[in-house]
Amino acid sequence: MMSGEEQTPSHGLDVSVLGDMKERSLAEETIAMDIKDVDLFYGDKQALFNVNMVIPEKRVTAFIGPSGCGKSTLLRCFNRMNDLVDSCRVEGKIMLGDQNIYSKGVNVADLRRNVGMVFQKPNPFPKSVYENVAYGLRLQGINNKSTLDDVVEWALKGAALWDEVKDRLEDSAFGLSGGQQQRLVIARAIAVQPEVLLLDEPASALDPISTLKIEELIYELKSTYTIAIVTHNMQQAARVSDYTAFMYLGELIEFDSTNQLFTNPKQKKTEDYITGRYG
Amino acid sequence: MMNAAAVAASVIMVGGLLILLAVRGLGHFWPHAVYEFQYDWQGKTEKVIGEQHDKESVSVQQLIESGVKINTDEKFVDRYLYKIGNRDVYGVDFRTIIEPFMAKQTRPEGLLVIERHEYGNFYGYLKSVKQDGQIIASGEAAWDALQPLLERAYDLHDEIKKIQKSDIGSINYKLERLRLKERGLELEGSKTPERMAEIQAERQSLDEAYKILEQRLLDIYNEEGRDSLLAEVQTGQVVEIPLSKIVSVYRPNDMNIFQKLGFYFAKIWEFLSTDPREANTEGGIFPAIFGTVTMVLIMSVLVTPMGIVAAVYLREYAKEGVLVRLIRIAVNNLAGVPSIVYGVFGLGFFVYFIGSGIDQVLYPEALPAPTFGTPGLMWASLTLALLTLPVVIVSTEEGLARIPSAVREGSLALGATKAETLWRTVLPMASPAMMTGLILAVARAAGEVAPLMLVGVVKLAPSLAVDGNWPFLHLDRKFMHLGFHIYDVGFQSPNVEAARPLVYATALLLVLVIIVLNISAITIRNHLREKYRALEH
Repeated sequence: MMSGEEQTPSHGLDVSVLGDMKERSLAEETIAMDIKDVDLFYGDKQALFNVNMVIPEKRVTAFIGPSGCGKSTLLRCFNRMNDLVDSCRVEGKIMLGDQNIYSKGVNVADLRRNVGMVFQKPNPFPKSVYENVAYGLRLQGINNKSTLDDVVEWALKGAALWDEVKDRLEDSAFGLSGGQQQRLVIARAIAVQPEVLLLDEPASALDPISTLKIEELIYELKSTYTIAIVTHNMQQAARVSDYTAFMYLGELIEFDSTNQLFTNPKQKKTEDYITGRYG
Repeated sequence: MMNAAAVAASVIMVGGLLILLAVRGLGHFWPHAVYEFQYDWQGKTEKVIGEQHDKESVSVQQLIESGVKINTDEKFVDRYLYKIGNRDVYGVDFRTIIEPFMAKQTRPEGLLVIERHEYGNFYGYLKSVKQDGQIIASGEAAWDALQPLLERAYDLHDEIKKIQKSDIGSINYKLERLRLKERGLELEGSKTPERMAEIQAERQSLDEAYKILEQRLLDIYNEEGRDSLLAEVQTGQVVEIPLSKIVSVYRPNDMNIFQKLGFYFAKIWEFLSTDPREANTEGGIFPAIFGTVTMVLIMSVLVTPMGIVAAVYLREYAKEGVLVRLIRIAVNNLAGVPSIVYGVFGLGFFVYFIGSGIDQVLYPEALPAPTFGTPGLMWASLTLALLTLPVVIVSTEEGLARIPSAVREGSLALGATKAETLWRTVLPMASPAMMTGLILAVARAAGEVAPLMLVGVVKLAPSLAVDGNWPFLHLDRKFMHLGFHIYDVGFQSPNVEAARPLVYATALLLVLVIIVLNISAITIRNHLREKYRALEH
């Protein structure tokens, strides 16, 4: 599915990468998250306008759009990371299962454990590889050595990192390469077995080889997890995702199966963007 | 260019300071030669024996004006200060000698220096050694006969000290606690006969132990008084010195360089490890070193958590507003308040208010004698903790501000609460900054004297703050401090001239103690930095 020359980002889209993409239809999917009428304000400034969409279970949903279009902001609504910004206010509903995550009385820490997140730049903790992966478990009070050993191994294998780090589990995580650090962060996120994994441009700070590995990993992970990924790189979206949402200036312009959106966009703005007329 | 000059100037100043202190202070411990010479003074010829202590040039004019009859073409003559010791015989320790009146100095072998527990040094010639009032050796044989007797006298002296300080001290401490217990029962109104009998029995056994020790002490005093030596001073007078009064005896003019070196290091060790004698002008400064270090350590233990909690509140939890702005202004201004003001505050608030309150509630049986309602180690440490709090707060806040938000988000995204994120990730990562704050705090606290004079430092503390009696660390006790010791020895001592080298030596030691404390803290910080190094990228 992937080859070296496809790694170079470019705005014009080579449709051939969609080659073996299965045709999917939202109607057949189980819904993991349902986003209803979401508006978001930073103080007086509105950043998201009436977003309505769903995140289907065990699929990869990509968010594309030009810088500043609100795709990362939307992603950070899914685990309420926006709460950290004082002036930020969210209206509307985001249902995770049958629970509105913005309703009162929701335990944000529990929510975030269920909706894991990986950031643009690798952000390992200043601890050993082992302790990085065990962090989330220790937070839950799991300190049993053999349980931790098992989960750490399982998570590192799940993040396709085990073979590279199994002999240096006690070394500092800072000794790993950027790509390894990012996979470590993914291992850390899946170690707590979330339902949903949010990836905020996970490969944008990495070299092509590392990017390739991350993309392969995403492909593997979607059999177990619901994944939402924000990316600048349209080829990446086309390669890894089943569904794609195109956002522009805080609005969701088009949301469809990836194949449909890239080959047969319904909106003029989408077409202009994926053919490289702006963005 | 300017930077290099500034750095060079700083290094030269620090180096110069240390060298000055070392030269002036450490020379004191060398076994200086003792001179003997004839001195014509105002028509009288006398023999003078002593150590040359100081030398300066004075104008002849000035000498003539002060009534000295002098015949010379020179404009300036040398004036020496000789330490002649024997305060018990002459009444003074020092004598100024004007060079033209002085015959040639000699350094006769056999000249004896005796350090004594009182009256300072003795200089003179050993004549004979007495045991039970009988002369057992004289002349040449006396020196050799003296040695075993001295050993015995030192041993006895050590034993007396041990019995007095630790054995009897411990019994007195227990008796005092018993008294307080009895008084406490009385105040509670639960003074039952059974309990009183218990206390009485305990007191009885302590009294008996005390009597035994007292008897032993008397015996030793008797034994100690057995031997003495006879020695001749510069005037030809022969004095008798009981060996029990002697700290050490040596003959500097007979020593070779190795013996002198050995003596030198032994003296330095004595200075570091023993208690002061003679109003702090002789002996060691161990209690002052101990007090300084203990006080700084307790202060560190107090100031670190306070500073960190305050910084975490200000940086992580407080919402920017008038209150927080006021707190910040207050913290920044606290750093500029003169330290003596902290001393006054410590005395008024900690000692008189909190300390008295503690006494009322926890130690009513000891009243009217205060326990914590009087200056002491606890209040001194707290006062200094308050004084150094701003540095710790500011450094910690800066450290917290430097932690990348990505790390916090990473932790929060795994389901950690804010407090968990702080505790598990942010605070460890900010620990080098906290150590920086602590280093600055220690550097400031160890050198601070003025506030301590009000809240706990004394000229001479009868016992250390840490000893073998429960609860081992006595925060209510007063303590000695190197900084105050310098002031006391330099300005308050009855014998400033004799004590001056000790002032330099103590100052050198204070600087060294601060350097050692700082280096330890810096080592810990570098270790932490190494651990969290990769954050910077």
